[in-house]
Amino acid sequence: MTETTIPENRSSETETGLVGQPIARVDGSLKVTGHATYAYEHAVNGAAYGYILGAAIAKGRIVEIDSSEAEKMPGVLHIMTHRNAPAQPEFGPAVTPTVPEVFTRARPMLNSDRVRFYDEPIALVVAETFETARAAAGLIRVRYEEERGAFDLSARIADAYTPRRTNAGFETDSEIGDFGGAFAAAPVKVDATYRTPYEHHNPMEPHATLAVWSGDEVTIYTSAQTLANFQAGLASTLGIPRERVRIVSPFIGGGFGSKLIVHADGVLAALAARVLRRPVKVALTRQQMFANAGYRAEMVQQVRLGADRDGRLTSIGHDVWSATSGFEEFCEQTAVFTRSLYAAPNRLTRHRLVPVDLNRGEWMRSPGEAPGMLAFECAMDELAERLGLDPIELRIRNEPTEDPERGVPFSSRNLVACMREGARRFGWERRKPTPGSIREGRKLIGYGMAAAIRPNYIGAGTARVAIDATGRVTARLDMTDIGTGTYTILTQIAAESFGVPTAAVKVELGDSRFPRTAGSGGSWGAASAGSALHHACNALKERIMEAARSSDRSPLRGANDVAPIFVGGEIRVGDRSVGLADFIGRIAPDGMEAIGTVAAARDTESYRAYSQHSYGAHFAEVAVDSDTGEIRTRRMLSVIGAGRILNPKTARSQILGGMTWGIGAALMEETVLDPRYGHFVNHDLAEYHVPVNGDVADMEVVFLEEYDDKANPLGAKGLGELGVCGAGAAIANAVYNATGVRVREFPITLDKVLPGLPVTAI
Amino acid sequence: MQPFTYVRANSVNEAAAAVAARPQAKFISGGTNLLDLMKLEVERPTHLVDISRLPLDRIEETPEGGLRIGAQVRNSDLAAEPRVRSRYPMLSQALLAGASGQIRNKASTAGNLLQRTRCSYFYDRNMPCNKRAPGSGCAALGGFNRMHAVLGASDACIAVHPSDMAVAMAALDAAVETTLPDGTQRTIPVGDLSRLPGSTPHVETALGHGEMITAVILPPPPPGRQLYRKVRDRASYAFALVSVATIVEKSGDRIQSARIALGGVAPKPWRPMEAEYVLAGAAAADAAFTEAAESALAGAVGRGSNDFKIPLAKRTIRQTLAAAVEGV
Ligand SMILES: Cc1cc2nc3c(=O)[nH]c(=O)nc-3n(C[C@H](O)[C@H](O)[C@H](O)COP(=O)(O)OP(=O)(O)OC[C@H]3O[C@@H](n4cnc5c(N)ncnc54)[C@H](O)[C@@H]3O)c2cc1C
Ligand code: SF4
Repeated sequence: MTETTIPENRSSETETGLVGQPIARVDGSLKVTGHATYAYEHAVNGAAYGYILGAAIAKGRIVEIDSSEAEKMPGVLHIMTHRNAPAQPEFGPAVTPTVPEVFTRARPMLNSDRVRFYDEPIALVVAETFETARAAAGLIRVRYEEERGAFDLSARIADAYTPRRTNAGFETDSEIGDFGGAFAAAPVKVDATYRTPYEHHNPMEPHATLAVWSGDEVTIYTSAQTLANFQAGLASTLGIPRERVRIVSPFIGGGFGSKLIVHADGVLAALAARVLRRPVKVALTRQQMFANAGYRAEMVQQVRLGADRDGRLTSIGHDVWSATSGFEEFCEQTAVFTRSLYAAPNRLTRHRLVPVDLNRGEWMRSPGEAPGMLAFECAMDELAERLGLDPIELRIRNEPTEDPERGVPFSSRNLVACMREGARRFGWERRKPTPGSIREGRKLIGYGMAAAIRPNYIGAGTARVAIDATGRVTARLDMTDIGTGTYTILTQIAAESFGVPTAAVKVELGDSRFPRTAGSGGSWGAASAGSALHHACNALKERIMEAARSSDRSPLRGANDVAPIFVGGEIRVGDRSVGLADFIGRIAPDGMEAIGTVAAARDTESYRAYSQHSYGAHFAEVAVDSDTGEIRTRRMLSVIGAGRILNPKTARSQILGGMTWGIGAALMEETVLDPRYGHFVNHDLAEYHVPVNGDVADMEVVFLEEYDDKANPLGAKGLGELGVCGAGAAIANAVYNATGVRVREFPITLDKVLPGLPVTAI
Repeated sequence: MQPFTYVRANSVNEAAAAVAARPQAKFISGGTNLLDLMKLEVERPTHLVDISRLPLDRIEETPEGGLRIGAQVRNSDLAAEPRVRSRYPMLSQALLAGASGQIRNKASTAGNLLQRTRCSYFYDRNMPCNKRAPGSGCAALGGFNRMHAVLGASDACIAVHPSDMAVAMAALDAAVETTLPDGTQRTIPVGDLSRLPGSTPHVETALGHGEMITAVILPPPPPGRQLYRKVRDRASYAFALVSVATIVEKSGDRIQSARIALGGVAPKPWRPMEAEYVLAGAAAADAAFTEAAESALAGAVGRGSNDFKIPLAKRTIRQTLAAAVEGV
């Protein structure tokens, strides 16, 4: 980490500063006017177009591929199949020895006659136009030898195995005290099993790549959250050093975790462009994204809570069985948050996996908490009812004083404050504990709440910042802005640091030639890239000050004892000051630059010494039609404690998006897997339902004043995923409160509620 | 999408003849359904005859006191038309409950009636589907059939007709006016336009090849209160699980006459005539609504994941009738 002597800007000192201001997106006008160039839109001369043909079976072998008709089609340039695809390394074992290898391993395509999952790429047709490539793909005839696949999770729980680690490297199991004994002896308990379905990310922008070779180097214009992973994954697959792969991804139309590793579009575009010696574009279609761009796996979760009669938890058990791809394991860390959320002396969390014949599962926004809290925070609601306690009171009674499993203090934790503030603002006192008590006409009204927790991560990274002779500041890092507002907050950080307006700052992201960062994922983006840039700015200011103090031409010469302040386009030292641009022009006509780095949280003392999470409380009001069971969310409120808020506007958008994901998870999102064919049946956006505008009613977000000095120099904690965590449970609890029907199979669609709704007088 | 040739028709007769001339030719109107299906190669026409610019976009009074809606009238325009809103409010409600604003701006009246089923297996060329590939089987039977039909289906096909607009039109006793390739015209009641699947689910309509819809005729609005109620999985932009179009005419405490059409439950807009008989002359009260709902679904068959549609349809019919009566 870069050591600096420049005083750090703290929230208290920066009320007039730019960090913390609700500044509109600096890239907003580019996006709304169509000037932000997305992967597939990059224009190069002579690009050819690839179209992927997917397998029509879920498991088996390709016996024959007849592409003769397709080859005859005018405009077809090349048809790549397992028979003629360039040699690539083997895919390797289902479990990589270390976590990072998941991101860097080779992901070969078209390298075998085996079909491992439905719609797995079996051919790439490259043609002069996209339309020709697609039409030609339709003429390829394939004969398969089909094998029986395994797809049913519930029926195969007995075959579950214990993975070595969960995603993100957590322990698979945790056990403290005597869960079994304490749960058996508890006077009040809940033992409930929940099912959460397959879900798909469905970012607006599909996975797409343009590959351009120049000699033995390739430039990949793609839609990536994490450039380093794409670079490493492609280099391994193509068998070339990383330095020869350049990734460019300046704008990303959403990722949600589905763009952390390279997919078929990237590998196939690079292979075909090398074979054809011309640029090649490949995009997944929306339908192809369901099989080829990750998913959240189906899970069965058993939550067991034992409490004494006062509502103090004596035992917490959270067991998770999840489906996983058989050829590449993915174990979502679904019960990991349970280890930090509530106090109880006896605890047990476990993750088990059931292999199925699907492509690998991937990280989907809020991995772990999204499905885990959906189940767990409903179980808390069930326990509150059994105890006759208000759900907020139950949670307050089990508020821990330190991390219950790690035994370390919290860096900051405002869960109780979030719940209290939320209750006050939402009108929680209007909630009736007895379900089905509030009616408006033929509608049943219910209130629900849930807690939110999400770990604060920092990923290692570096930023470079430069100032030129006109005082313009340019920051460069291979960070990405996946729609979250990264360009904007980094602009704010640099502008504030140098005391210049945002217009004097240019942030350049999304190019692997820039210093490496951890990219966007796990809500670590703002804190990681922001901290690296913060350090870079401080390092550069330090260099400027060295020059200022020593240069003969400097009016600040010898000003050693007073700390400098960069503000209003000036450097001020005591009562002396000098214009920043003017000064740089004089002492460094070619400009100056510096880098700053941030270490991965895991490697820091602060992370070992403190339990670091963001918190929140979600509240929801729903209306359920007593005749049809239709559920509509009427109102939601989220109160968030996530450290210092760098930009309330972009932060609010993140939480709103998360809450909307909560509506989807609770009420509509489900990809249906047909076990007869192993395919996702509803693989388009007409049938895979996400909330539309009409489903997103009145939503409010409140940020509590907070500064987490343990988390990072900015005092900020991650919040990009926090809005999802628990939001669905608040809605599910509201549905129960409205109807008295507890649905434990998500999503809660009307067919599951209807049988529990009595036909009432008209 | 397979390559195709394209012409823009200059007249109805020319369009009908152009399609009739080639077995694999199709009309294209707004294209919001046909193009999607072509991209997936569910539809593989070799020739498209564009009728979207034919001057069939007017809404005119008929001598009988009804409306004649040109085949090219956009769904948005039809929904917003003042005469439709005041005299046929259920039609406007049904249109606005369908698709999205963008799609309704493009979708035509005839195209809406002739849109094809949304059965997911029909959309996926790798799946058996008697409608798409006759004789290949029906993947929805024994599969995920939550959206599928409980009435009028067969063991060959359980797909539903997805249109909302058509349900309101069926309740209004609307009819389509067509021009045949030889230039002659005929009229077909909307309720008879779609055929039940039987053993030939690929034969979907009563239209011959090259027969073009030129207009929809709405008879004068029947007396009574009109309502269209659509039940769906999200607030907007979702196909009906069940929809009910009803017109209830009351006289005192009794129901003089009532019409019901159901959407989302059958291969065509479904008129349960028995239920209408139950209501005619009955006391306007729960007993009659419930009995009508029961008789409307009397022959219903659930196929697994769509079993819930039977109670759902009954409850929705009952409640919609009550709401219609209340407003009279
Ligand atoms: C995501 C999505 C959601 C939707 N949701 C709904 C919904 O909730 N409710 C609903 O009702 N609809 C819904 N729709 C369907 C929409 O209403 C139809 O796509 C639209 O009405 C079709 O009209 P069009 O003019 O675009 O037809 P086209 O796609 O042009 O044509 C459809 C068919 O009709 C034939 N055809 C068109 N005009 C004539 C004519 N004059 N004579 C003979 N044949 C003709 C064509 O050959 C073609 O086979 C949805 C569509 C989409 C894509
Ligand atoms: S229900 Fe009809 S459309 Fe759907 S798969 Fe079966 S035959 Fe095809």
